[in-house]
Amino acid sequence: MRYNQAMSLSQQQVEHIAALARLELSAEELDRFRRQLAAILDHFQQLQSLEIPAEVLSADHPEEGMTLRPDELCPGLALDALMRNAPESERRQFKIPPVFE
Amino acid sequence: MTELIQLSLQQMRRGLLAGDFSSQELTRAYLERVERLEPHLNAFITLAPELALRQARAADERLAEIRRQGGEAPPLLGVPIAIKDVLAVRDLPCTAGSRILETFVPPYNATAVERVLEAGAVVLGKTNTDEFAMGSSTENSAYEVTRNPWNLERVPGGSSGGSAAAVAARMAPLALGTDTGGSVRQPAAFCGVTGLKPTYGRVSRFGLFAYASSLDTVGALARSAEEVAGIYNALHGHDRRDATSLKHPREEVVLKNEDLRGLRVGIVAEHFQHDLQPEVARALQVAVQQLETLGAKVLDVQLPHTRYAVPVYYIIAPAEASANLARYDGVRYGPRQPAETLPAVYARTRGKLFGREVKRRIMLGTFALSAGYQEAYYGKAQKVRRLIQQDFVRAFEKVDLIAAPVTPTTAFPIGAHRGDPLSMYLEDIFTLPANLAGLPAIAFPVGVDDQNLPVGMQLIAPALHEDRLLQAAHSYQQATSWHQRTPDPELL
Repeated sequence: MRYNQAMSLSQQQVEHIAALARLELSAEELDRFRRQLAAILDHFQQLQSLEIPAEVLSADHPEEGMTLRPDELCPGLALDALMRNAPESERRQFKIPPVFE
Repeated sequence: MTELIQLSLQQMRRGLLAGDFSSQELTRAYLERVERLEPHLNAFITLAPELALRQARAADERLAEIRRQGGEAPPLLGVPIAIKDVLAVRDLPCTAGSRILETFVPPYNATAVERVLEAGAVVLGKTNTDEFAMGSSTENSAYEVTRNPWNLERVPGGSSGGSAAAVAARMAPLALGTDTGGSVRQPAAFCGVTGLKPTYGRVSRFGLFAYASSLDTVGALARSAEEVAGIYNALHGHDRRDATSLKHPREEVVLKNEDLRGLRVGIVAEHFQHDLQPEVARALQVAVQQLETLGAKVLDVQLPHTRYAVPVYYIIAPAEASANLARYDGVRYGPRQPAETLPAVYARTRGKLFGREVKRRIMLGTFALSAGYQEAYYGKAQKVRRLIQQDFVRAFEKVDLIAAPVTPTTAFPIGAHRGDPLSMYLEDIFTLPANLAGLPAIAFPVGVDDQNLPVGMQLIAPALHEDRLLQAAHSYQQATSWHQRTPDPELL
């Protein structure tokens, strides 16, 4: 990563991000997001100039560890109620286009 | 029945218990008000008059039984409430303001909803929100633009804009909202109502459609701190269905009629050097003087790293959103955009049915987590987040509460930030730090600008000190009347 210069994103980079995010975007959207993301990332450069002492921990390591709940059987949601929201289903299963030929 | 909609939670409770009016009368008065004002304000996505009247009837039966045989009435019995449309209410559509959930009807209640129902509340409907709570104006809703009851050309704030507008216009006495980066406090400030963001983990998020899991909280809005305390008392407490829910025991908040003697309130000089609208700065200065008049001691504190809150938040929240929103793929719920292959179904459904801001944040978050950039963006942001948390720890060694602006300006015109997302993000500078540090904060009205639009102030407390926040806001409201102002009846 190079810092301290205006951020720019290539068309190819934006297409790559959209593919990773599983978003089908129009050419107009790709171009708009390329410009907007570059402006936003530019603003974010101010973080890079901030010196952080080595002992500072990342905030995504909680000081008190998370606990798992006991592995006990408990009632869940009724299958029929869940399937009512499916865009396509058959025999109480979600239906999707074929994955294997 | 107009007078019924002016009653506070405490007055409604007394009236209901005494039998002066029924929950059905109260609910009908609100439903009539909603019917009249909704075409002008668009505060709701889904109205639930049948459900509301059914619940009101049940509340009336329970009230009659209590009057006959005695016993304790649950705290919100028979009182209407509006629910932000990112919280699941069983059998009511829940859209999260998005086309991708247009057809979704949850078969379960969010814990927060379950708790207000157990407390006896009556659900009026689901309020408008920025899509997946991503926004500061409610303009990012896929359904409609909610208008600010104080000026219909202005935004109500966001993302809980529907809830704030509904409370301000007396379309609901109470409302639930959510606050990930200010989404309860900022619309509360723009609409002149009181809004509480609890400590991270204090209120269960089970059944809240996740946006940014390390920041999301469920909060409450009403006209006064006393009413907000009533909702908070029903909401908080451990829930095994949310792994981040705190085990800390429930603590009923009981407000007293007392002044603020002995309370140390910190202010940050930099906040007032920030580009504040002059009337906002003036109203805040007067409000801080009022806290002093009530006996509080005002001290200077420093929060040096909070000036990085915008980049830190707008890296971490979109990164988490990009993962959380992966579940919306057109397979299990919501409408589907047909395509030949499964990956094409995902991409087309998401591309067509997510709105602009959601796609922008997913793109931003995906970039911040992508190979080669993760350490520079996400990693760095998490370290600066830790520095912001430490700033607060240090400040709270000196003071009990911190007073701060909620927003740099009063409610801005609809469309003011169109096409310029960064300018909208920068408006969140004062609300983001409490989320990044996981702290409770409250916003309430303390003045008006030259166009009669409300100005809000924010108080931030150390973790788990919601009682201190609510008491300070209550003491302020006992001595002032900003929270009792209502929008121009001519307009509505």
